[in-house]
Amino acid sequence: MKRPEPVQVIKQRRDAALAALVGGVPYIQYLDLRFDRRGDELTGVLPYNDKLIGNPMLPALHGGVTAAFLELTAVVTLSWAYLWEDIESGALEIDPSVAMPRLPKTVDFTVDYLRSGLPRDAYARARINRSGRRYASVHVEAWQDHRSKLFAQGTGHFVMPQART
Amino acid sequence: MSDKTKFARQFIEAIPHSRDLGMVLEEIEEGVATISMPYDQRLIGDPETGVISGGAVSALMDTCCGAAVISHPANGGATATLDLRIDYMRAATPGQSLVTTATCYHVTRSVAFVRATAWDDDRDNPVASATGAFTVEGKR
Repeated sequence: MKRPEPVQVIKQRRDAALAALVGGVPYIQYLDLRFDRRGDELTGVLPYNDKLIGNPMLPALHGGVTAAFLELTAVVTLSWAYLWEDIESGALEIDPSVAMPRLPKTVDFTVDYLRSGLPRDAYARARINRSGRRYASVHVEAWQDHRSKLFAQGTGHFVMPQART
Repeated sequence: MSDKTKFARQFIEAIPHSRDLGMVLEEIEEGVATISMPYDQRLIGDPETGVISGGAVSALMDTCCGAAVISHPANGGATATLDLRIDYMRAATPGQSLVTTATCYHVTRSVAFVRATAWDDDRDNPVASATGAFTVEGKR
């Protein structure tokens, strides 16, 4: 039997793939959105910043920021799941000079605002409910201080990137 | 300009995130608002084509829908989004500003219903449309 790869090699490859997927998107950088990885599970982390405020009197996060946070977490999680096998097998070459496969395209996205977003860090995790060759449906939940008290949830439909010919 | 319109204008222009994205309130009157957002490299979602991220379109749509609600005569103050659905019909053309018009088409004592459409320079083919429900505050 083949010996399992050393843990550092696996972690380095997965983290490099995630950094390549996320690092090339200017809007993700603008929001300073990061992704924590545990195995194949991703958690979107949106660190608080004054520029994210939508109602300065409360203050509360901008509804558009919440929507963007949910949608980007959904799209990155979906892309990550779609690329996972190729990352693991080494079929996907992680080279800074080579563009990563395109992200799935959002068809529609619905956000429920459950309570106002506080001026604190926010977290989000997506669940892929259906993923076919062309279409995918993803649900995403976001919370702040308490995992069980969601401040927003969203559902979106996506068109998967088609292989370049 | 009515006091209501003036209040709505001040409220919208004071939103930190909207200012940061360069949004400009073009028109606002009794439940209808138009807001533009210039193209900006920071908003790119697809680095290969320079197309802006759907998330940035969401921010514009949400701000514009909120502005329409605040400017509606039946709403007494600020508002918050209850839900917002956005349909992305096509990619926005890189380099072009986005313009959104939102209409608050029905208001009850507690909820405002809003529709919005976003365009780039091609006014015949919308980039995205949105429908949402927003909170309504009693008159002060």
